[in-house]
Order: sequence, then C-alpha cells, then structure tokens
Amino acid sequence: MRCTISTLHDEYARQLERRHRAGTFFAGFCSISTWSSVLVLAVLLGAVSWQAGDTISWRFLTSYDSRNAENAGVLAGLLGSIWLIGLTALFCVPIGVGAAIYLEEYAKPTWFTRMIQLNISNLAGVPSIVYGILGFTAFVRMFGIAKEAYRLNLGFTTVNFTLPFGRSLLAGALTMTLLSLPVVIIAAQEALRAVPPSIRHAAYALGATRWQTIRHQVLPAALPGILTGVILAMSRALGETAPLAVVGAATYITFAPGKIDSLADLAANPGGLLQAPFDGFTVLPMQIYNWVMLPRAGFRQVTAAGIVVLLLVLFLMNGIAIFIRQRFQQKIRW
Amino acid sequence: MLFSSNARGAGRWALSVCVLALGFTGCEKVDSNSAPSGSTTEAGSSETMDATPSTIVIDGSSTVYPISQAIAEVFHEQHEHVEITVTQSGTGGGMKKFVVNELDICDASRPIKQEEIDKCAEHGIEFLELEVAIDGLSVVVNPQNDWVECITIAELKKIWAPDSKVTKWSEVNPAWPDEPIALYGADTDSGTFEYFTEVVNGKAKASRTEYTYNSDDNLLVQGVADGKYSLGYFGYGYYAENKDKLKALSIKKDDSSECVAPTPETIEMGTYAPMARPLFIYINKAALKRSEVADFAKFYLTEEGQKLVTDQAFVRLPADKLAAMQERLAEALK
Repeated sequence: MRCTISTLHDEYARQLERRHRAGTFFAGFCSISTWSSVLVLAVLLGAVSWQAGDTISWRFLTSYDSRNAENAGVLAGLLGSIWLIGLTALFCVPIGVGAAIYLEEYAKPTWFTRMIQLNISNLAGVPSIVYGILGFTAFVRMFGIAKEAYRLNLGFTTVNFTLPFGRSLLAGALTMTLLSLPVVIIAAQEALRAVPPSIRHAAYALGATRWQTIRHQVLPAALPGILTGVILAMSRALGETAPLAVVGAATYITFAPGKIDSLADLAANPGGLLQAPFDGFTVLPMQIYNWVMLPRAGFRQVTAAGIVVLLLVLFLMNGIAIFIRQRFQQKIRW
Repeated sequence: MLFSSNARGAGRWALSVCVLALGFTGCEKVDSNSAPSGSTTEAGSSETMDATPSTIVIDGSSTVYPISQAIAEVFHEQHEHVEITVTQSGTGGGMKKFVVNELDICDASRPIKQEEIDKCAEHGIEFLELEVAIDGLSVVVNPQNDWVECITIAELKKIWAPDSKVTKWSEVNPAWPDEPIALYGADTDSGTFEYFTEVVNGKAKASRTEYTYNSDDNLLVQGVADGKYSLGYFGYGYYAENKDKLKALSIKKDDSSECVAPTPETIEMGTYAPMARPLFIYINKAALKRSEVADFAKFYLTEEGQKLVTDQAFVRLPADKLAAMQERLAEALK
C-alpha cells in the first residue's frame, strides 16, 4: 500500500479531531457535573422558600414554638443552635488543632502515633448516633454517679449546675466536640503538612525555636486550611439531630439558654451567659424534625420556614469563615 | 449501686474545684433529692423559694407529645416564671429515664410495665398514674374505595397476621375487588404498633412485615390518600386532620357487635372498642411536692386542659373518668 503525504495528513487531521472531541466531551462532562449540583441546590432552595412563603418573618424568628402553626416560631432552636455551635467550636478548635500540631510537628513516627493516626481516621467515619450514646454515658450520666446539684456564687451572679451534667447544653456541646474532633484534626494535619518544609528550615536557620517557628510561620500559613476543616465540622454539627436526641435535647422548651432571648435580657442578666451551658436546650434540626411529624397541614409551611432559617444560618457561618480565611490568606507572603 | 462510692468522691472533687478556682466566692451543694435533671434551682425547697421554681421536665410518648406540648404552652403563658421542657423519646425511652429519677413527668401511650415498676422501686421512686386523654386508632382507606365501609377484627387479622399471605382485596373477602392491596402502618418502635398488633393479632408486636411503615405518620396519610387500593392505620389525630383525603372504616369487634365508626363521641363513650386506648402521664411523687408540678398536673384535668386535648385532635376523658382522676390527684396531694 502506498502512503502519500496527503493521506497521512488526512489521518492526522482525523485523529486530531477525535482528540479534540474527547477534550470537549470531558470539559462538557465537568461543567454538567458542576451545574447539575448547582441546579439541584437551586431547585431545593426555590421549592423550600416557595413553600415557606410568608411564614418567615420577624415574628417567626423571635417567638417560641407553639401548638398553633401560625404562632410557631424558631427562637428556641435558633438560640440553642448558636449556643451549641459556639461552645462546640470553643472546645473543639483548641483540642483539635493542638492534637494536629502534636502529630505533625512534635510526635515521632512510631507505631504508637501511627495507631493514633489510624484511629482518628476511623473515628471520622463513625455514625453520629454512636457519639450520641457515648456522650449520653460520659457527660449526661457520667457513668452513673449519683446526681448532685451545686450552686456557684460568683459575687455578681450565681450559677446552678449539676454533676453529672444531665441533659444540658454543655453535655450536648461536649458530645458534638467528640463528633467534630476527628474531622478537625485530619483537616488541620493536612493543612500543616501542606506548609513547605523549606519554611520551617528557613526559620530554624535564622535561629527560631520550634515554638517560634510553629507560632509565627507554620500556623499562620496553615490557618486557611484549618479553618476550612473547622467550618466543615461545624456545619455538620449544626445539622445533626440523632446524637442530640440521645443526649436529651428537648423538643419543646419555654426558655432560651440562660433565659436570655433578647438584648434587653442580656443587659438585665449578663450572668445568664454563664448559666446557659447548664440549661436545657433544643436545636433547629430537632424543631424541624418535630414539625415534619405533626399532623396539622399548617406545619408544612412552618417546616419549610425552619429549613430556610437553618440554611441561612449555615450560609452565614460559611460566609464569615470564608471572609476570615481570605483575610489570613492575604497576609501570607513568602 | 455500682458507682455510689465514687459519687461522693466526685462531689468533693467538684466542690474543691469550685473553691480553688474562686477562693473569694462560694460554692455550695444543693439538696437535690427531689430534683431531676435540669431543675437545679432551689430544688426540694419550693415552699420557701417559690419565686424561682425549677424547670418541669417531661419526656416520653410521641403520641402524647402534642397534648403535653399544648398543656405546657398554655400553662407557661399563665405562669410565666415556670419553665418547662417537653421531649419525645417514645414511651419506652421516656420510662427508662423516669425510673432513674431524671424526669418529673413521663408521657405514656400504654400502661407502665411490671419491669418498669420494679425499677422504680429499686431507685426509690414513687409515681402517680393519671389518664389524661383517649386516642382511637383509625383504620383508613382511600376515599375512592366504595366496596368497604365496615371491617371486622377477624378481617383485619387476616390482613395483618404475621403469617398473612393476603396480597389482594379479594383474598380477604370475595366480594371485594381482585386488586393488590397496598398496606401502610406504624413503625415497629411505636406504641401505636404495639397496641394495634395486640388488639388485632392478639400479641403485641406480632405483625406481617411486608407493608410500608414509617415513623412519620404524614407519609402514611399520603400513601393511603394516593392509592385507590390502599389501607392503613394510625392515631385518630392524623385521620381527623386529613378527613378530606381519607375514609375511616367502621370497626366490628365480633359477630355479635355492631359497626362503630371512630368519632369523638364513640371513642369517649368507649363504644369504639377495642381500638380506643387511654393515654397516660406518670408523675414522680417527689416532684409532685413542688407546687408548680402539682399545679401543672392539675391543669391536664381542668376543663381548659381537656379542651386542649380536643383541640389537638384527641378525645377528652368521659366525665366520670375525669372526676376519678381528679380525685386520685387530690388524694396524692394531701
């Protein structure tokens, strides 16, 4: 068979076209993947917002739950969720980041640290209900010790609490801390690992101690990544219902943690902020779950409105975190 | 108890932490014998400290939840200083907490079991049982169903028995259409399931397994409303709220009895047998000594309280029963 220049050229052109087609196809596939998830989210948001209709109002945000759909509000769940996430972050971030720094910067790679590492990875996949049962045993009941009530007099306020913690916000937050820790630790480790070793070497070469290197070079560089992990963990905690149901979050509650449900309350009773962790509580997903189950048709709207509020809180949290992350990212100059 | 020796140690430990951390302030143990979880404030001394009563903690049946929620809401409106939490863990779940002194009141959709009574005795808990309302289990079909108005318990058993092979309406009664029957029922953790299987199949929790079950009764309502050849059962409240979408069947107990439809009257009078069941609250007698708990319990049995029962689509107690319950409570309060 004779092979002319022109047939070779044709063959090449055909193959080139095929390769271009494959490229276009792949790009199309990727963009469809993106847009379909955006579309699903948009449909979900649209449908829920449409269902919620005019239920979302200032009244809805500032009233407690009610037997009548038109009076039902989300205040107890909203404040409960904010408290819970706040306390969880307070416990989870120092412990999680501390553990990650230890594992990445200090610990020698022995079989023991490798085992810890493996266990943390496994814990990240444990179903949340298991943490609920653990939290119930460890914090709500404290392995069955007899319950005692205490009153702590701080001069300007008194704090009433019990040991074990009972079905309190604190027990819930500690349970959520256990649940969030593996995710935070793993994300923080990844972020620390992504800091180039040359940065550490340079710091040591200039005479910085290990603590100075971590404090001034490694941590700032890893912070955006750490924050991403924290946001993911907190977002997951915000939507959890099952472990909190086990720990004993209430369905209906007539008060907010610390009896503070307005700025006026806060001004009149700042000591309530210290009392709050020991009070009973409910959270947004618990309220939504309860509304779904109620027989009255009016609660369909209330449910949708509750979901919109939960999503708004989630967006707000993520927004703040992205803002913080970008501020830190801009500061890094090597 | 296994951990009782540790309890005092833990208490002393907490006390010393209080004192160490805040040398100039005070931390004292509060007598908590009569205070379940959450109620840390001046527990056990309500006569002298009426200005700050403790939280009333309620948990238990999800069937009774709407009643307790409504009672709690209105009671809180009238007594603003009394805070209340209502949770739903199911009758069994609530009882587990009730028997270890974690609750003031336990909602129940069945009478307390002997083993639960034994546990109460073991933990030194005395309780008072009150009937507060009646629920009528409704057997429902699609409104387009024109072949059946009344169903006998025997026919129901034919459909729902554990070894039932019924897949078509005609297999139950030859006069009924030769069409597949779609079954909807309560999920196996609920008191509703326990009661229905007991009445129909003669043994609690004995039921055929191939049917659609869900703990969200609204999905069952939807299922029956969507299919012409469907049949389902759930609490009267869910039928009452969806009368336009469902048709309730009359129940014929045996050959000698008449067909009785579920209405508030037949359920209250007890003629809607055997599908009507009493709903209970169990009150911790130690908690009943607190004036707010006593007032709260009384409120269930007032005219206003019974009106709330009706509003929540349950059936109020008949007059003689109500009087008997009021007397039982008054006796316990002496």
